[in-house]
Amino acid sequence: MSILAYNGGCVVAMRGKDCVAIATDHRFGVQAQTISTDFKKVFHIAPRMFLGLTGLQTDILTVRDRLMFRKNLYETRENREMAPKPFSAMLSSFLYEHRFGPYFIEPVVAGLDPHTLKPFICNMDLIGCPNEPVDFVVAGTCAEQLYGMCETLWRPDLEPDQLFEVIAQSMMNAFDRDAMSGWGATVYIIEKDKITERSLKTRMD
Amino acid sequence: MSNLGFQQFPEYQVPGVQQADFSPYESNGGSIVAIAGDDFVVIAADTRLSSGYNIHSRDQSKLFKLSDQTVLGSTGCWADTLSLTGLLKVRMQGYEHTHLRTMATDAVAQMLSITMYNRRFFPYYVSNILAGIDKDGKGVVYSYDPIGHCERAFYRAGGTAGTLLQPVLDNQIGHKNINLSSSELPKLTIERAVAIASDTFISAAERDIYTGDSVLINIITKDGIEEKKLQLRLD
Amino acid sequence: MDLDIARDLPRPGFNFDNCKRNATLLKGGFKPPTTTKTGTTIVGIIFKDGVILGADTRATEGPIVSDKNCAKIHYLAKNIYCCGAGTAADTEMTTDLISSQLELHRLGTEREVRVVAANVMLKQMLFRYQGHISAALVLGGVDKTGPHIYSIHPHGSADKLPYATMGSGSLAAMSVFESRWRPDMSEEEGKKLVRDAIASGVFNDLGSGSNIDLCVIRKGSVEYLRNYELANKKGERKLDYRFKKGATPVLHTSVRDLIVNESVTVVPMETS
Repeated sequence: MSILAYNGGCVVAMRGKDCVAIATDHRFGVQAQTISTDFKKVFHIAPRMFLGLTGLQTDILTVRDRLMFRKNLYETRENREMAPKPFSAMLSSFLYEHRFGPYFIEPVVAGLDPHTLKPFICNMDLIGCPNEPVDFVVAGTCAEQLYGMCETLWRPDLEPDQLFEVIAQSMMNAFDRDAMSGWGATVYIIEKDKITERSLKTRMD
Repeated sequence: MSNLGFQQFPEYQVPGVQQADFSPYESNGGSIVAIAGDDFVVIAADTRLSSGYNIHSRDQSKLFKLSDQTVLGSTGCWADTLSLTGLLKVRMQGYEHTHLRTMATDAVAQMLSITMYNRRFFPYYVSNILAGIDKDGKGVVYSYDPIGHCERAFYRAGGTAGTLLQPVLDNQIGHKNINLSSSELPKLTIERAVAIASDTFISAAERDIYTGDSVLINIITKDGIEEKKLQLRLD
Repeated sequence: MDLDIARDLPRPGFNFDNCKRNATLLKGGFKPPTTTKTGTTIVGIIFKDGVILGADTRATEGPIVSDKNCAKIHYLAKNIYCCGAGTAADTEMTTDLISSQLELHRLGTEREVRVVAANVMLKQMLFRYQGHISAALVLGGVDKTGPHIYSIHPHGSADKLPYATMGSGSLAAMSVFESRWRPDMSEEEGKKLVRDAIASGVFNDLGSGSNIDLCVIRKGSVEYLRNYELANKKGERKLDYRFKKGATPVLHTSVRDLIVNESVTVVPMETS
């Protein structure tokens, strides 16, 4: 088993029409044993930006804290909000700094640019190779299942309501075929004027 | 193999001697999807045969017609697939000659399980999905693990893109996680089953490097088998 | 001595804090995680007026495609570009780093940088890391001494060649070059040849795929042809996978408004 799959969990983000969505499961486990069912791997780090981290839980928390430190320092120095694009660049170089002793995480960034309000999604491997596709990004133990679901259900210019259905269905059906993820899920839809958070009713086994 | 090897008997180890592992298996890739309906069953497989980063063939059917009512889809180690299907054909013919009738789908399913379990400790490295019409005229799908465990289902995805496609079938055929009454859900017709099977392969060809080129679809009804072919990405 | 104010600032360069912990974890029987690789076909040729670089656009994580349209031709300087194969993060970061060093070099010398300088910087860096930075590069550019193509291996060896290929599709691409490359080709011929070389990698090597990128560098001008050819398109789905609104079971919903509405009411000051 890979160390990335030690605690389980998954995150997926999708781009819609003038909006983005990011979803996470709630499981925190140690190998096959479930420890808790309220560990959300997605963090609200700026008004219109979310960071999702999957992988080893200790590293998720460490990386989150270190990134917040760097982000806050940037915002204090520059006296402006950090946009998703520079945040991803910072995350990428942070992870590559640890090229030879990496943090065992796979990050996902989703958000709207604070000025242009353009949707932005991005994911990376554990040493910070950035990937910014036009459709969706996935991470976690059920990445393969998520690829299959998203590739079938996603289409361009989804409105927020449809985007929610697509990302929720992709997530739920994907982690139902993975023993390491699941136990509840939360979907965040980020639009220019509001953020909608929905908890999903899922299988709890 | 370490639990059988010389590691446990260090006094027999000779310095400088290299031990070669016996690894007779190869993964030749490919995916299968099967969907059963009330009076039909659809089974589809891609036609790419590969090993490592090389493509051996772009036009190799992985569907084996065992009888007019039964089709086997088999991927994994292609040499094992050929050997296994060869053996199945012999046994099916033997059955036909002794009993003077064609083997029913459920019987083929059982025989396949036994044939695979016969090789419990040197298994056929294959992912099998058997699709057919059963005794009552209903469509049915059986899926197997490499040592002959057999499970009856209504839909199943297997092969290299099996993990990608199974949740899609759960969602679109099994209507899992959908909070609608059954009257609001689309009925499973032959057209819908074929459309979903081909759409799943379009998705698989995007993300799985071992799936592509084209997909062969067999539609089995009581009247026989209809074949369709759909082009996929070639890269 | 670190200043108090800079105490928490990270030091530049690689950080090895996690190495010992990670080695212990991996010794416990866990498999090391996979990184994104570019299976890749990358090529470069010299033609009459300069060089042409080419690359496919697929990035893989094991047998799964992780990026269908990534850019593998990296900018180094105005007259120098570099294709990268191997671990995707390594090629990206190595070329970025050398690119900034070349810019400083240009500002320091007040001359256009030469391709050979980029070659030396890249191979010295890769040699220093003894192959642990797994970047296989095809470097190409035009300077005052003419057009140059270098192929640089992960351990830091480099060849100066008239035509070069790298990555898992290098054999497929090289077979095209070996049969059809000749000196002093025209730009049109060159682009066709590079396209065909990449296409042979895209179609015959499973590690390479999707689209074809080209970059033509002439004396004094550059043309980066991103997605020069969309060699593979996604198939048309037969069904419409739209869900009825409310199909997904939801436990609870909360909405956070980002637009803050503030109104000010004037309260007259009491002056009595």
